[in-house]
Amino acid sequence: MTEQQGTARPIVEATDVHKWFQRNEVLRGVSLQVQRGEVVVIIGPSGSGKTTFLRCLNHLEKIQSGSILIDGESIGYRTVDGRLKEDNEASIAKIRAEIGMVFQRFNLFPHMTAMQNVMEAPIHVRGVEKDEAEARARDLLAKVGLGHKLESFPAQLSGGQQQRVAIARALAMHPKLMLFDEATSALDPELVGEVLKVMQQLAEEGMTMVVVTHEMGFARNVAHRAVFMDGGVIVEEGPPAEVFEHPQHERTKTFLGMVQH
Amino acid sequence: MHVAGLTVIAAAGSGFDWGEVGKYLFDRDILQGALITVVMAVLSQFTGTLIGLLLYLMRRSNFLPIRWFAELYIWFFRGTPLLVQLELLFLSFSEFHLVRPIRQIDFFPSLGFDRIVLEAVLPALIAFSLNEGAYMAEIVRAGIDSIDVGQMEAAKSLGMTYGLAMRRIILPQAARVIIPPLGNEFNNMLKNISLASVIGLYELLRVAEAYGFTDFKPVEVVITASIWYLAMTTVWGFIQSYMERRLNASNTPIQPPSLMQRMFSGWRPKPVNTTAEAIAEIGQH
Repeated sequence: MTEQQGTARPIVEATDVHKWFQRNEVLRGVSLQVQRGEVVVIIGPSGSGKTTFLRCLNHLEKIQSGSILIDGESIGYRTVDGRLKEDNEASIAKIRAEIGMVFQRFNLFPHMTAMQNVMEAPIHVRGVEKDEAEARARDLLAKVGLGHKLESFPAQLSGGQQQRVAIARALAMHPKLMLFDEATSALDPELVGEVLKVMQQLAEEGMTMVVVTHEMGFARNVAHRAVFMDGGVIVEEGPPAEVFEHPQHERTKTFLGMVQH
Repeated sequence: MHVAGLTVIAAAGSGFDWGEVGKYLFDRDILQGALITVVMAVLSQFTGTLIGLLLYLMRRSNFLPIRWFAELYIWFFRGTPLLVQLELLFLSFSEFHLVRPIRQIDFFPSLGFDRIVLEAVLPALIAFSLNEGAYMAEIVRAGIDSIDVGQMEAAKSLGMTYGLAMRRIILPQAARVIIPPLGNEFNNMLKNISLASVIGLYELLRVAEAYGFTDFKPVEVVITASIWYLAMTTVWGFIQSYMERRLNASNTPIQPPSLMQRMFSGWRPKPVNTTAEAIAEIGQH
């Protein structure tokens, strides 16, 4: 199914995930495995459940049934007498620290400089020494092309720059998995490219990534696997070339027809 | 009762004298009373703010009885007069025979007060703090709720627990929203401490009233007290506007306008900036 060899344990193992918002079932049994080093894009119309599913992967959303294992560890829940019981805060936080997340609206900490944003979690969550955190933050910001904006506050940065700081902030925790939730959707068109470039570079370096996106170019060229979701289920998945050129399902065809002109 | 007594004395008195006001203004007991007022206000505001934060947390507990307790608390303390709460606390202190034991405690040892003067300190302190907590709960809630939920999500996604995210990410941002109304609360607190005169706390007003009775100069002493209250609230007003300027640093013009410009040329302070910009500014100082 994937181009990667699947000998090691997958980083993400989601099995039959169901989620309701009140009476509305938004995830109707989603199963997905992501191997180490794999880049998976999730595409689909709005309301298909793709963002909700991504948020379940680091327990920003609760699930009602199914299971999600991150590198073999269940996130958010223990099974007690066959029922899901929410785990304690500290163990959830511990697994989340291993998962980087990039949000549509950046969510940088506005009262901190770019450097402080990147150093915050290593110092206060991991207890890394300040000097070490500072050196790493400097490297990461240089890597995302913001070596000259170290002391800028988020309000002084463009959307594209803010999103790149947000990526550096997530990378500072040495995550084994990066989640991108429509990371370029809130950006002006001319700023999308600079963020996609950083994401592509990460993919090339072998980062495991799950990317919810509307950027079909990125999906085709960078992803190892494309997943099409609609109505709270995975309709089809496969190598991007397959899914984009020869979609098997009517719903996929309709969606691709709409987004690819 | 005091005031009614004072009017009788005033009517019988021998004309108002500004010179007397000048004499009372720096009287040792009056100064001591003013000091007690300030100390009580600071302590009550501090404890009240902590109680407000605690109530905020209780209100969002997963355990229903805790949420109920917080709502009940706020309902009671916002729904009854502060004066009644003071009396209730003072009376329960006597009811449980606590007045004599607290008389033994030297509350502010370095300030050198008579202990008898201070026996109402503890009930007053508790009443003011509990009352203030109910109001601060609302203010804290408004401040924290004004912060985008994305901030908490980002903090959590980095592996922060709720407490750490609150301390490092949410509260520093909420402070900007909380401080202006907190300043108003403290202004009220400075004046409301005078209510404790009814339970016998020798704060500023009580001291003044006592002089009114003994010296037959009630108007003079009450005016003296007013001058001190004005002094306190004015100084606090300066401190408050200084803090707000620091928090809204980007709004202050580089060259502050002169008094003449402000009076005649229609100059107005600039409207408040966006939160993000203002917060970025705070960070730079």
